[in-house]
Amino acid sequence: MIAPATSNLPAAALSGMTRLLKLLPWLVVAGLPLALPGYEPLATQVFVMILFALSLDLLVGYAGIVTLGHAGLFGMGGYAAGILSVHGITDPLVTVIFAMMVAAFTGLVFGIAMLRTKGLTLLMLTMASAALLYEIANKATGLTGGEDGLVGVSFTPLLGMFAFDFRGKTAFFYSLTALFLAFTFVQALINSPFGWSLRGIRENDARMAAIGCPIMQRRIIAYVISSALAGLAGALQAQTTQYVALHSLSFDLSGNILIMLILGGSGRLYGAFIGCPAFMFAQDQLAKQDPANWFLGLGLILIAFVMLAPGGILGIAERTVAAVKTWRRA
Amino acid sequence: MTTTITILFFGVAYGMILYLISVGLSVTMGLMGFVNLAHGVFAMLGGYATVTLMNWFGVPFLAALAIGCVIVAAVGFALERTLYRHLYGRSELDQVLFSFGLILVSVALVRLAWGPLAQPIQLPGYLKGQVKIFDLALPAYRLALVGFGAAVIAGLWFAFDRTLFGARVRAAVDNRAMAESIGINTSRLFTAAFGLGTGLAALGGGLGADVLAIAPAYPLQYIVYFLIVVAVGGLGNIKGPFVAALAIGVSDTACHYFLPQVGSIFIFAFVFVVLVWRPNGIMARR
Repeated sequence: MIAPATSNLPAAALSGMTRLLKLLPWLVVAGLPLALPGYEPLATQVFVMILFALSLDLLVGYAGIVTLGHAGLFGMGGYAAGILSVHGITDPLVTVIFAMMVAAFTGLVFGIAMLRTKGLTLLMLTMASAALLYEIANKATGLTGGEDGLVGVSFTPLLGMFAFDFRGKTAFFYSLTALFLAFTFVQALINSPFGWSLRGIRENDARMAAIGCPIMQRRIIAYVISSALAGLAGALQAQTTQYVALHSLSFDLSGNILIMLILGGSGRLYGAFIGCPAFMFAQDQLAKQDPANWFLGLGLILIAFVMLAPGGILGIAERTVAAVKTWRRA
Repeated sequence: MTTTITILFFGVAYGMILYLISVGLSVTMGLMGFVNLAHGVFAMLGGYATVTLMNWFGVPFLAALAIGCVIVAAVGFALERTLYRHLYGRSELDQVLFSFGLILVSVALVRLAWGPLAQPIQLPGYLKGQVKIFDLALPAYRLALVGFGAAVIAGLWFAFDRTLFGARVRAAVDNRAMAESIGINTSRLFTAAFGLGTGLAALGGGLGADVLAIAPAYPLQYIVYFLIVVAVGGLGNIKGPFVAALAIGVSDTACHYFLPQVGSIFIFAFVFVVLVWRPNGIMARR
């Protein structure tokens, strides 16, 4: 596609400008500890969830694979990093890479088995795969600590220089950097021919197969990449909280991360960045009084979004912008 | 030997409950192609209705079951008419999210009305204690579960295989457009099937209140089991889920008894293998 010329600036300068503009939000966020000291641990949790939701967006938003078991891969990453640390391998980067490999391998094995199916069967299989991992972690108490979670997790300073302090500054910049790298990677991926073939499979897999696209292979690759990113998020959570909870494999988390993504808007790349903070802020505010309020509010919002506003918060924003544009033209 | 038979019996009783709750889900999913995660909500409501009628209003157990079943069927009927039907043509993701929202709302409302704790059911005297059959002492409640379940299932199978309503449902599952073109009002059929399915779920929830405890987390806690029964049994038929429910009831019970260190791992691994081997369930119609 050829973009219409919108300005007199040379193309190279323009792309340099927009690139800088796109870096701006990241720089603003990186400056947050100066403006709001004390909120670093909370922000770190938000970054981890955004990264996790971003990995899910690759599946749900681009590859059209709906999964109710994504926490299985998040938890695998968390437990891989945690177990390694308990057994004496405590370098953060080494454990993160190991955790991503474990999650990717898990995703590969499950993906090969599951992705031939569709619809309810695929949903059930994703759910069963995570439930299986949950039960294994629950019973293998010697390795995982079972229901009590994995304690005694600790890591040596990052790059041998930055210790994970109780203020959470290292964790903040560490997870923000990881999120930035993952985002840049996913953005490049979805704009590559591979990313477009995923959209094609989502829209019409029979047609994509007919024009010679190996759809099974593409879906499995997408699943493995998404698994590795989910594992990265899980490992970051283990490293920044020094704890791995059984909950990190639960259906509860699989459901919540899907809701966070959908509330923000799936298939838009930025949905995770809107949905996760909104969800976590609302949960914090509403669940304070009574968890029932939170469930009620969330349930009603979910039903309202499905019935009235598909596309999440970003979908509403897009429609508002489009409406304003047509109104101004008229 | 005695232990084996007792476990088999407990497993069958558990399977009966799973089947009663899930069979409606299989029929409605097969009919409408709707991924309804919220089916367990109706079983929970049946349980709450039964317990409340008994504890607050002194209604006898069987009458409370019947009234609860009718109330919940009416709720299901109303929800199908007002909300569900707008989502029949929508994507699977929308249906998943909608029914998940419904679960959350029901969990919240139940928690607000009855509090967070499980509601104990006071079984009537004739269901307490044990019944001796030959050398075996079997708990009366579970014996009643099996007997009652078998009776309902016999009635259901008769209705599905031998009545005009059953023939219409089967026709619409097989080919909805064709069924419509020969004059079957599928829209009304959907509503009726949905009401019937939710009523059966309520019956299962009330009857099984001593097996699957009635608490606000009910629809989230057992959803996996109901969906497993449907997915393994196959959509749109009522015999596949029966086999699946019994198999799951017995194997889960046996596993928890003989291999407590394995627990539920076996059941999920088993389901995974079965679904990979036969993606449309063990008794797929097509």
